[in-house]
Amino acid sequence: MAANIIETLDREEIERVTADKKIPEFQPGDTLRVNVRISEGDRERIQAFEGVCIARAGGGLNENFTVRKISFGEGVERVFPLYSPVLEGIEVKRRGRVRRAKLYYLRGRTGKRARIAERAMRRETTEAAAE
Amino acid sequence: MRTGVVAKKVGMTRVFAEDGAHVPVTVLSLEGCHVLGVRTDADREVEIKKKGKAAGKVTRNDGYTAVVLGAGKRKAKNTPKPQRGQFAKANSEPTAIVREFRVPGDMLLEVGAEITADHYLPGQKVDVVGITKGKGFAGAMKRWNFGGLRATHGVSLSHRSHGSTGQRQDPGKVFKGKKMAGHLGVERVTVQNLEVVRTDPERGLILVRGAVPGGQNGWVEIRDAVKASLPEGAPSPAAIRGNAAPKADEAPAAEAVTEGGEG
Repeated sequence: MAANIIETLDREEIERVTADKKIPEFQPGDTLRVNVRISEGDRERIQAFEGVCIARAGGGLNENFTVRKISFGEGVERVFPLYSPVLEGIEVKRRGRVRRAKLYYLRGRTGKRARIAERAMRRETTEAAAE
Repeated sequence: MRTGVVAKKVGMTRVFAEDGAHVPVTVLSLEGCHVLGVRTDADREVEIKKKGKAAGKVTRNDGYTAVVLGAGKRKAKNTPKPQRGQFAKANSEPTAIVREFRVPGDMLLEVGAEITADHYLPGQKVDVVGITKGKGFAGAMKRWNFGGLRATHGVSLSHRSHGSTGQRQDPGKVFKGKKMAGHLGVERVTVQNLEVVRTDPERGLILVRGAVPGGQNGWVEIRDAVKASLPEGAPSPAAIRGNAAPKADEAPAAEAVTEGGEG
């Protein structure tokens, strides 16, 4: 019973946070554009962070994902809570075909070796049907 | 000073603030917290019995004012007989926990009134009292955050010891109260100034920011913070639900108090 209350509260919190936005399905390997709300004093603006999703971790309300990009020749990774109200939206730019849940091997690679093949559309449609 | 409530610790989770901040919260459930009785400093006549027979009347006075609250459920067969009598007097099912809260005389509540979660307002500060988890016999490092001894430089078999406990022949003794290894936990601890993040009167849930003492399914007392002023509009003497009062003449009285509290 006790755990159920926590689960119910978590579910409700997810619903509350995602009431006015939709979080797309995405997997590690996908290229994402994450729009982050940033408040500077009393001004608010949206900053985009575009890169490869290299990991999804945690579950339920506590789920987060890691996005990696190369910024001015330097690798940058950011971990976003999936249900953070700071996230204005997530766009999936490209679906990547990978064979691993955590793409930490990309950290040691740059340039051509860090490429990820695009996932075929056919699989995507079957996936959409499955969902 | 309003009455506090007794609640069960359900567990912890997180909620998101609008600016994206994570707020760690402890979920506390009221479990039908209701009034079992009142202690008053007014004289009253009580019939006493000796060997089951009425043996006249005496004047009784509790000498202080308080409300007696009960919450949770307990099987009647697991309740000692004298306490069953007490519950019968309050026309209540036996409760898992019974606690008294000292209140001034004008803050007393009707017997049978159920306290609801909107007794507390979001943003309000509360003090939470609980019994901490037992840690058994704990060393000085865990119990008092001592540093222990070095890992190397000749230290042998005593890396987690407390070290010296005093001086030399003068004073020639270990001072009383010296922090040493010993029993840790299972202690009544008050955490002050926890913020009420959210309340849910329908389910009887109160979400407070931060951790409270004790494990899950442990009982805690929630009170208005003694070191913060009560916010405007807090229901006084309490936010109560007109319980299906056992005695017919009590129901209107309980409702009247509810209206007064909300108004």
